[in-house]
Amino acid sequence: MSRLLVCPPEFFQIDYEINPWMRRTNAVVPSRAVSQWQTLMTVLERDVGAGIERMPPVEGLPDLVFTANAGVVVGRRALVSRFRYPERQREEVYFERWFRGQGYEVLTLEKTHYFEGAGDLLGFPDTWFGGYRQRTDIRSFPTLSELFQREIIPLELIDGRFYHLDTCFCPLSGGELLYFPAAFDSYGLAAISERIPAERRIAVPEGEAIRFACNAVCVGKQVVIPAGCPHTMQSLHDRGYRTHAVELDEFMKSGGAAKCLTLALD
Amino acid sequence: MTPSQETVLLQGHIIDSLILAKVLDTIVMMGGTFDLQDVKIGATREAPSQARIVIRAPSSRALADILRAIQPHGAALEREADCRFESAPAAGILPEEFYATTHLPTQIRLDGEWVDVEGIEMDLAICVDPAKAQARTIPMGAVKAGDLIVTGREGIRVTPLARPAERDVFGFMESIVSSERPHQPVIADIAQRMQTLRERYRQGHPAAKVLCAGGPAIVHAGGRDVLTWLIEAGYIHVLFCGNALAAHDMEAALYGTSLGYGLTAGRSVPHGHEHHLRTINRIRAIGSIEQAVQSGLVTEGIMAACVRRNVKMVLAGTIRDDGPLPGVVTDSMQAQQAMREEVQGVGLALLVASTLHAIATGNLLPATVPTVCVDVNPSVPTKLADRGSFQAVGLVMDAASFLKELARTLGWRP
Repeated sequence: MSRLLVCPPEFFQIDYEINPWMRRTNAVVPSRAVSQWQTLMTVLERDVGAGIERMPPVEGLPDLVFTANAGVVVGRRALVSRFRYPERQREEVYFERWFRGQGYEVLTLEKTHYFEGAGDLLGFPDTWFGGYRQRTDIRSFPTLSELFQREIIPLELIDGRFYHLDTCFCPLSGGELLYFPAAFDSYGLAAISERIPAERRIAVPEGEAIRFACNAVCVGKQVVIPAGCPHTMQSLHDRGYRTHAVELDEFMKSGGAAKCLTLALD
Repeated sequence: MTPSQETVLLQGHIIDSLILAKVLDTIVMMGGTFDLQDVKIGATREAPSQARIVIRAPSSRALADILRAIQPHGAALEREADCRFESAPAAGILPEEFYATTHLPTQIRLDGEWVDVEGIEMDLAICVDPAKAQARTIPMGAVKAGDLIVTGREGIRVTPLARPAERDVFGFMESIVSSERPHQPVIADIAQRMQTLRERYRQGHPAAKVLCAGGPAIVHAGGRDVLTWLIEAGYIHVLFCGNALAAHDMEAALYGTSLGYGLTAGRSVPHGHEHHLRTINRIRAIGSIEQAVQSGLVTEGIMAACVRRNVKMVLAGTIRDDGPLPGVVTDSMQAQQAMREEVQGVGLALLVASTLHAIATGNLLPATVPTVCVDVNPSVPTKLADRGSFQAVGLVMDAASFLKELARTLGWRP
């Protein structure tokens, strides 16, 4: 069973602006946020069959809900993120504490190399892809590659709206890739094509990319996807996936959706 | 602006991701050039690769822009160390690990700053003054006890020559020596350079001097008049030669012979073999070549032109010299030092018909000085060309033919 780390949105709000989606004037409606999050949990647990691990929220850390950025977990080893912005650096200690409390072997990177966890490191069983430039420093990848004995293909993120790799790139369990090509440069697209043949690549239209179609959670043949992405859902159905649309617009105000709200533990 | 360079390291999965390609493309698109010094490909798919890239740009500003553009893709400046140096243990003795120079522009890193090494010349050591942040080359024999001498290879960088802006025979950056190559266009390019340098020399520009290092074959072969003309016309500013060139030139002035052969008749003259000895004896009696010219004893020829035009002369003696003439430096190390001083500010070197002086001068010149080596024996220009890719042109031809063609291009009429 897939286990996912989540953090309830009790203190979720927009206190600062560190990506193009965030506007302090565009306030989160707390009751809607809580109810959307609860719906997501229900879908993940009941419909998808994922195991959910909840970590306690912390007042004053509104983005702690986005557990995808906690770090990256492989087996019993957890590498904790180093956030680029001071606003989120304060989350590091809580994520680390949770990993230690659960008995993970905790790894850390050099202080000078930013790395924002599973938000910027996604992959298939043999090859991982790393998003860089917006948040993660490309120089963190050789260390990660060595620690986890995986090839990591760096992909430059060229559009500030898609500031983490998981906002424009979503590997699926059957080896397909859901992605928004315009978020990458020609070098990145060539590197992707080299590893993933055309028939396995599902390009998301821009109208759905900005609805966070790529910020989906795939467990087996089930895909949990933000609501409002019919074209993407159809493409997934065509390839034999079951889709679950969840309204997550309160979290999109902060630049995140389904994937950002979870961290795969296994 | 002087070209700038910096070395960066790029590591990770840089090949399949095309990160290396992106970095190299960026360098070129921004007007830089690169050398991939070593690329280590990861042994397995998981293992990262590494590339060491030397980046050159036309200016330090352009270089900074390039570095700023490639840094986000992981190109990290190679951690450079300061150069190491040690005290010379005794006069004339270098520290065991001393760094031996090349004839290419060289910099050393002192206290985090790159400092140009002055007096670039091959096969010397580098002496540093850390307090003044200065460095200059020093010959082994000139070292004093306690001089700080650069050791090892860290913190030293040598800049390969940039292709010169001029599109002439020196611009090809190759040292071709060929007896089949047509001489005329090469000589035309040399003449063009000499025209420019004469103008620059008159205006007091640095590195505008033309040096001629020549052998006595210039006189024997009939090149004396044209070389005299080139000096009189202000095209040559420094002359390196031995006892023989000077002696035979003045022998011609006094007796009309060169090593006893009548220069006009081309026949040996009775007792002609004594002429050069008598010449040397008369100059010795008068005290110096300068006095011989000024007193009116020697009225024409290469030496007379040099004295009248105030051309710097270094006469270096050899083991077989007769006399020698006054002014000939018979201590080889002193002669070498005198030549070293006179190559400063040279912008073109003509090495004509003298193995000894051509090789000695070639060794003293930085690679940045365009050099022409003319000899009927191809081994001389070849030997010089073999020293590396500097701006050298070798011409396999007779000295007098070369000088006449050169002078004719510059306006000399027989």
